[in-house]
Amino acid sequence: MKIRTLFYTIRQGFVNIFRNKWYSLASIATIAACLFLFGLFYSIVMNFRSIVMKAEEGVSVTVFFHYENDWCDAHVEGQIPSDARIEEIGQMIANRAEVSDVIFISDEEAWENYRRDNWGENYEAYSKGFLENPLKGDHSYEVFISDVSLQSALVTWLESLPEVSKVNHSALTADTLSGANLLIAYVSIGIIIILLAVSIFLISNTVAIGISVRSEEINIMKYIGATDFFVRSPFVLEGMLIGLLGAALPLWLIYGIYNYVLNYIGERFSILSNFLAFLPVDELFGVLTPVSLLVGIGIGFLGSIVTVRKHLHV
Amino acid sequence: MGKKELSWRKREQFIEDNGIIFLDHVSKVYSKGAPAINDITLGIAKGEFVFIVGDSGSGKSTLIRLLLRELTATEGSVYVMGSDLAKLKHRQVPKFRRNLGVVFQDFRLLNDRNVYENVAFAQRIIEIPTSEIRRNVPTILATVGLAGKYKAKTRQLSGGEQQRVALARALVNKPSILLADEPTGNLDPKNSWEIMTLLEEINQSGTTVVVVTHNREIVNAMHKRVVTMKRGVIISDEEGGEYIDED
Repeated sequence: MKIRTLFYTIRQGFVNIFRNKWYSLASIATIAACLFLFGLFYSIVMNFRSIVMKAEEGVSVTVFFHYENDWCDAHVEGQIPSDARIEEIGQMIANRAEVSDVIFISDEEAWENYRRDNWGENYEAYSKGFLENPLKGDHSYEVFISDVSLQSALVTWLESLPEVSKVNHSALTADTLSGANLLIAYVSIGIIIILLAVSIFLISNTVAIGISVRSEEINIMKYIGATDFFVRSPFVLEGMLIGLLGAALPLWLIYGIYNYVLNYIGERFSILSNFLAFLPVDELFGVLTPVSLLVGIGIGFLGSIVTVRKHLHV
Repeated sequence: MGKKELSWRKREQFIEDNGIIFLDHVSKVYSKGAPAINDITLGIAKGEFVFIVGDSGSGKSTLIRLLLRELTATEGSVYVMGSDLAKLKHRQVPKFRRNLGVVFQDFRLLNDRNVYENVAFAQRIIEIPTSEIRRNVPTILATVGLAGKYKAKTRQLSGGEQQRVALARALVNKPSILLADEPTGNLDPKNSWEIMTLLEEINQSGTTVVVVTHNREIVNAMHKRVVTMKRGVIISDEEGGEYIDED
């Protein structure tokens, strides 16, 4: 292909959009409507997922060890771990794949936390009644999990360690969050597939109608000796441009709406921001933008190439 | 003919012997029904002017579509400019068609473009430089008498003028053969004669002209070779002949 033919093809692609402005507008509007719904749903699902994941991050398991005290049972004697062994167990926990973070809580910190959590303003007064730390030797670990569905496996392993006296965890929270996460994943995959399928069907039909009304033009080109490539190129470029515009429009709209909603919630319902973790704009659009643009351009490309092919056999 | 395309010299010899258009026992049967063309043998020499006449359903349009390689023969061979059209691959068809000029009854112009763009389009597809297109298009528009209307949209033109644009588009690439399918079918007598006069001038400049028509008056007045078809077969082929009314 000569360079002037390439420029001619590109120019014709743009010119065709304006020549057939009503079909171009209809195609752009269809693509925009479909991808707007897709983008909106994607934003909602991703935020919902982010909120659940944030909640999951807060789910922790607390591991207590046997220690010497007045009510120490005979059967745990010999199972009381040394400081070195506690550190070693901490390292073993941290090395497990499902563990995202491990925090060591010493007996002093545990006693301090107890007093702060339970005595409030009487902290100083009540503290004077205790000459030494009643929780002396009661060290523990707070273990955070990357995936709550693996919590029960971790708990089973922790409970099997002879030095461990107790493992505090909430199976109900873990199961609820894990179930919610799974449900969101299945529902969102299902709806996104349906939305994409409907979008592809609607968009390719609109592009097809836009090209079919110009089948006469394609016939004329073929009769006077135009190659398939020469006929097809402006249509394909036109399809891709329509796809690009149709995808860019809802992205711009969703970007505006999303920013507005985030600001609105941030200002009016700031209390919610502690436990509702909305995805930052950049993170959401980092995925949504390339996906929407690829879908728009891809459908425009495929829709036009398939439709033009039908009219090329002259 | 062998399996490979003939060399240029052999092709010239073939055209000399058989004609620039040669149909060798050609039949065309559509998927259902009787053959549209039934065992036709026809040769048209380089530089000839031939009328193909006949009633509706006689096979004239099928003949034109075979020559354009829009259809392929069910039986027999169609040779145009020494090429066996059945052997042309799909990708070779555009190049082949560039040697043919085609004019239709319904003009088939690109109605959203002006006269200049319609004619220039035929040159663009064969990648003629723009500077040459700017020289060639006004020249051919002057030949068909439309020099002053190059900016007009085709919808603004009369039927006769639209057919002239179609003729200009067909001729601008200097084809060896001009195929005209009912070129006067949508025109009044005055415009019809003007178009036929143009076709005759084009023929005199060396182009082979094949005209499919119903127009008895024109055929009888022009005293050219007349091939008459009926129900898919040639029933007469006469130099300086007349439109035979079989009914």
